[in-house]
Amino acid sequence: MPERRLLFRNLDEPGLRTLDVYKRRGGYRALERAIRELEPDQIISEIEESGLRGRGGAGFSMGKKGSFLPRGDMPKYLCCNADESEPGTFKDRELMFKNPHGLIEGIVIAAIAVGAQHAFIFIRGEYWDVADVLDAAVREAYDAGLVGERILGSNHSVQLVVHRGAGAYICGEETALLDSLEGKRGNPRLKPPFPAVQGLYGGPTLINNVETLMNVPHIIRHGAEWYKRLGTEQSTGTKVVSVSGHVQRPGNYEIELGIPAREIIFGLAGGPPPGRRVKVWFPGGSSAPVLTEEELDLPYSFEAMAEAGSMLGSGAIIVGDDTVSVPELALRTARFYHHESCGKCSPCREGTNWTVKMLERVVRGEATPMDLDIIASVQENIIGNCLCVLGDAMAMPVGSMVRKFRHEFEEVIERARAAHGGPLDAAPDDVPPVPLGVHA
Amino acid sequence: MSNHERQGDETPAIDPALEQGPQTSEHGTSGPLRPTDELSAAERQALIASMSPEDAERVPELHEVEVPPELREQIEEAMGRYPQLRSASIPALWAVQRHYGWCSPEGIRQAAAVMGVSPAYLQSVASFYDLFRLTPTGRNRILVCHNISCWMRGADDLLKRFCEATGADHHEAEHNGANSPDGEFFVQGFECLGACDIAPMASINQHYYGPIELDEVETVIDRLRRGEDPLPEKDIRKRTLAGGADAPEVETNADA
Repeated sequence: MPERRLLFRNLDEPGLRTLDVYKRRGGYRALERAIRELEPDQIISEIEESGLRGRGGAGFSMGKKGSFLPRGDMPKYLCCNADESEPGTFKDRELMFKNPHGLIEGIVIAAIAVGAQHAFIFIRGEYWDVADVLDAAVREAYDAGLVGERILGSNHSVQLVVHRGAGAYICGEETALLDSLEGKRGNPRLKPPFPAVQGLYGGPTLINNVETLMNVPHIIRHGAEWYKRLGTEQSTGTKVVSVSGHVQRPGNYEIELGIPAREIIFGLAGGPPPGRRVKVWFPGGSSAPVLTEEELDLPYSFEAMAEAGSMLGSGAIIVGDDTVSVPELALRTARFYHHESCGKCSPCREGTNWTVKMLERVVRGEATPMDLDIIASVQENIIGNCLCVLGDAMAMPVGSMVRKFRHEFEEVIERARAAHGGPLDAAPDDVPPVPLGVHA
Repeated sequence: MSNHERQGDETPAIDPALEQGPQTSEHGTSGPLRPTDELSAAERQALIASMSPEDAERVPELHEVEVPPELREQIEEAMGRYPQLRSASIPALWAVQRHYGWCSPEGIRQAAAVMGVSPAYLQSVASFYDLFRLTPTGRNRILVCHNISCWMRGADDLLKRFCEATGADHHEAEHNGANSPDGEFFVQGFECLGACDIAPMASINQHYYGPIELDEVETVIDRLRRGEDPLPEKDIRKRTLAGGADAPEVETNADA
């Protein structure tokens, strides 16, 4: 099954990033319709009706999120989350770099819908070239009266600022993003209150991913009914998937949700190099529990991935073929979260640290099978115990690797034991063990 | 009298025996700081009295600090962009890093003076984010992605090769980054840079290049030394959609 391009339409057309070409391809017509034909509430209900789910990872209904913002004249804000940092994810980079006006149009429509007068694009600091493109496009849009005061002569005003981050995965978490945007260290906040009620500068705030917002102009222009026909009942629309790792044609592909994962990995991305097999794959970024070769025929949708015990997440598929060592993959994954943990909550700060240490022992051949149980129990004790899900985002994939590939972890341990010529944990110690903890 | 000097007359009266400060115990012997649980009430009081807010580095006044005009202009411009000026912290630190090549204490103090915040505040923000360097950094910055997808495609060897070619310490480069001995290069193994489609890749002076072959590393380094584009043919900005030009499009009402 081939691609189905909606956001990718004309994406490689030279000059699409200029206002002129974007308009020629139908750009900003949705904004005109939103201003001239619709009330803000109607925009929200159109989006809700379309079934559009957040494309950043959580998959929450955008229309619902928008409807949570209180009515009234208080200062409200919109933040576009362009801090794309989930390992394996690179869709927003390509979308923003090649079609910045598509994002700006989506932001302005959404801001008008929820009554936000200030909008921000929080883009990760590493995407320097992309931020330059956005800056230029925002300037163009201001000059053309599409952003700023009295947009297209209406009573709506939206100020738009491109805010460059400075390298912190945690800032993709919505409340950490808000702290960072307020000029602080990017630590997550306790929820509730949710950002829809108390977000940026304490005001109601709508936070959406780049791809989500870029769907908005299409929904407003062509209608929710039309949009709903794409995808499955619970996962409407198209999705940009980023395929990487051991595939022959890594890259971004736009598909209709619900097609078999095999079609994406093999049909579009070419599968692993000749003679190799898929061993392990992340269906939605490195935070998603891993799936195996047997699960390649599942439909790629929010609901099917959740049913399989994983998640569609950001739509980043990372494929590992049979040359990959899963214990090393687990270590690489854990190291990332250890590095990125902000340190605010103990289960995440300590849990990621100890998981890395234990996995290093496994990979070095110094572990015992009991360590695998400890690794698994550490993961269980992180999940659900922190302010944000960064710790969970390590615990889920690492836990799934130990569960699904336990034999491989045991083989690594057994090989080390054999090389030592005896059971690893039976070596007599000169120092008698000191009882610690509850048994002391 | 400036704020910085302690105003002895106005501080509340405390036991004269304790006035020598928190390091002095009841017996008059000074020692290392101890957990507050172990202190006597009098010691605790002395400790609190000694920690005067005026001891902290204050917000520097603009007239006390010489700020390069273009730096000041950039920071003030950023302050004007946000409803609350503290949001300009990160843009201000970017401006400092652009100006000095790193977030130097002097630069941070200048930014703090312009923003009206304490240098410690900006320091705390700068130390949170991976892209801000708090130590001097080689002229060319090479960040080699070593996360999952790049690792699968040989990122560890690529980082090692960059270290060999520049002379940067490999162990340091893997963690916090390392400068080459000649100061020309800064090499760091970095977390996912969001370009797994061109794995293994690197961000070189803020532009993305990949996939980089091991035997291209020497060329990259030579070109950077000469101030040239390191790998123009592998610049991500030239990359087109992986699915080619003629993949089918969704039909819209406008097409009908």
